[in-house]
Amino acid sequence: MSAKPKIAFYEFTSCEGCQLTVVDSLQLYPELLEAVDIVRFREAMSEMGDDYAIAFIEGSCSRPSDEAPIKAIREKAALVVALGACAHLGGINTIRNRHDLGEVRRFVYGDKAEWYDTYPARPISAVIKVDAAIPGCPIDRHEFVRTVKRLLQGRAPELPDHPLCVECKLKENVCLYLRGTTCLGPIVRAGCDAICPTYGDSCEGCRGLVPNPNIEHLKEVLTEHGLSVDQTLAKMTQFLTYQVMEMEAAGHGDPQPAH
Amino acid sequence: MATPNLRIDVHHVTRVEGHGNIVVDVQNGQLKQCDLEIVETPRFFEAMLRGRPYGESSHITSRICGICAVGHATASLRATENALGVVPSEQTVLLRKLNFHGEMLDSHILHAYMLVAPDLLGVGSVIPLAKSAPEVVLRALRMKKLAGDLCAALCGRHTHPIAMTVGGFTHFPSREQLGELRERLIAMRPDVEATVELFTQLKLPAFERDTEYVALRAKGEYCYIDGEIASSDGGALPLTDYRKVTNEHLVRHSSAKRTHHMRESYMVGALARFNINFDELHPKAKSAAAAIGLKPKVTNPYLNTAAQVVEIVHCSEDAIRLCDVLIKRGLTWEEPVKPARLSGEGVGACDVPRGTLFHNYVIADGLVTGANCIIPTGQNLSNIEGDMRALVPTMLDRKPPEITLALEMLVRAYDPCISCSTHMLNVRFE
Repeated sequence: MSAKPKIAFYEFTSCEGCQLTVVDSLQLYPELLEAVDIVRFREAMSEMGDDYAIAFIEGSCSRPSDEAPIKAIREKAALVVALGACAHLGGINTIRNRHDLGEVRRFVYGDKAEWYDTYPARPISAVIKVDAAIPGCPIDRHEFVRTVKRLLQGRAPELPDHPLCVECKLKENVCLYLRGTTCLGPIVRAGCDAICPTYGDSCEGCRGLVPNPNIEHLKEVLTEHGLSVDQTLAKMTQFLTYQVMEMEAAGHGDPQPAH
Repeated sequence: MATPNLRIDVHHVTRVEGHGNIVVDVQNGQLKQCDLEIVETPRFFEAMLRGRPYGESSHITSRICGICAVGHATASLRATENALGVVPSEQTVLLRKLNFHGEMLDSHILHAYMLVAPDLLGVGSVIPLAKSAPEVVLRALRMKKLAGDLCAALCGRHTHPIAMTVGGFTHFPSREQLGELRERLIAMRPDVEATVELFTQLKLPAFERDTEYVALRAKGEYCYIDGEIASSDGGALPLTDYRKVTNEHLVRHSSAKRTHHMRESYMVGALARFNINFDELHPKAKSAAAAIGLKPKVTNPYLNTAAQVVEIVHCSEDAIRLCDVLIKRGLTWEEPVKPARLSGEGVGACDVPRGTLFHNYVIADGLVTGANCIIPTGQNLSNIEGDMRALVPTMLDRKPPEITLALEMLVRAYDPCISCSTHMLNVRFE
């Protein structure tokens, strides 16, 4: 039996909530610590190992000076996993990509704006090749453990490619459209057990879009229910601004944010 | 023999949330530099809120911090509610307080057991403790799980809360769930007692430096939400005057802003709350304080962790009381209170695990047009540096690794939340 695989956690622009969810996962599955050797987890330990096979990266890349350390992780790790929406999609940090970044810096830091380095926030996959992603804001602890198991077995992790509505129906939730609320469920990747609609809130898209999202059909469904297409598509600028701007750049021209 | 020259450069302090460096430079026995550098990336939340519908604010700002997500959401909702003339129901207020205790317990247990205790037991993290003192680690995980389950029952999950919304909640726990949480909180009492016992045995470093302590205060309760801003140097201000307390300014070595009030710096957090609101603590929490040897006013910042342990007792007992109240009055499925208007300005404040947190929004026609968030760790940074400047000269006869550890432990004692603290302030409202 070979030595336990060494794993490391890194974080860039983020709230570190996904790594906290990793700690919570260990509450549920303490035996995970028997299967791996954690060599770096700055938020929880002082030891710092530099030799690892699997690197989990939380957070977006949001300044040029973060690119070199991200590339250094890629050189060391056999597998790089994007941990959570900021790393996977760019996430909430990309809201600012719609604004003039010079103006954003001045708004927060006033005449000292020049002290603070920044550029449009982006997912880790925009900087290096990423082997797998654990979506969500925050990640789902069960999905984290499933992903680690598959990686340890040498299998590629699989993400569901059906929309959230499927899971929401299985939970027997009343459709938010029937309650007059907008929701991104029809175009967003399932896998969170529809936790937001289950707790009375609409899907905000933190797990990313399904492959080939049918946005035209979504518009029809919204119109049928008398809901605002603009308001719904504007929700896509909460976690998905980077993807929306890529779609626009690719000439799809759609969707436009309402604000 | 005194160390004539000393250079300490701790790159990325471990076992804290976010990225900070400690830099100390002593030349010929003179302290030349003593900084806590905040090197976290700027995050620009206040700028990102502009133009968003008011209902999104609490969801976006909870993403400032994974540890105090409920605190940010609550302060955000209070700011929006004050701006739009929303008065939440009594049931909402009770549920928010209960939810807050869940977050306070989760955060304090994480800090006391997983971030601070390893220093006191001479190890680098909680992982070796799993082998050497499994009962301690299992106790911490058990307590932390209950705290997380409490938040999950009320708002879906602790990081990031779902069912909390402007004017109320979008989901409610069942009476059975509340009853079960109550039973589990009661069953947790021996673990809470063992936690107090552990911290009567562990020796926190001795170091005294009096400073100004700031916390929210309200009559008849140990205040975490709303109230007024009280100072240990005397006086109190309404929440809307928060800028008179915080007086933010920028320094070159930090992406987080600094604050000062009556003195050069002030302290917020569990120790400040303990010093200001001691009389309102649950009797069992007062007994715990006596057992650990805490009596206000405590001026050793390392004892912030001990004050957190006292709050663990208070919050678990008050959570049991709140469950009783909610079960007795019965939960009703209330629709959130609708805004009275769609434009206005409001301030919301909470004392979150690390101290007083302010959110201030301007809303016009339902969209956020101005936002300002002032974070506890940002308010503590000047005070931490003040402590470091007082501590280092007293330690120059010690070996550099010993000085470094004392400084790291000092920074950790404040339980800094650095990704929260960066980038927070706008100077103008548009």
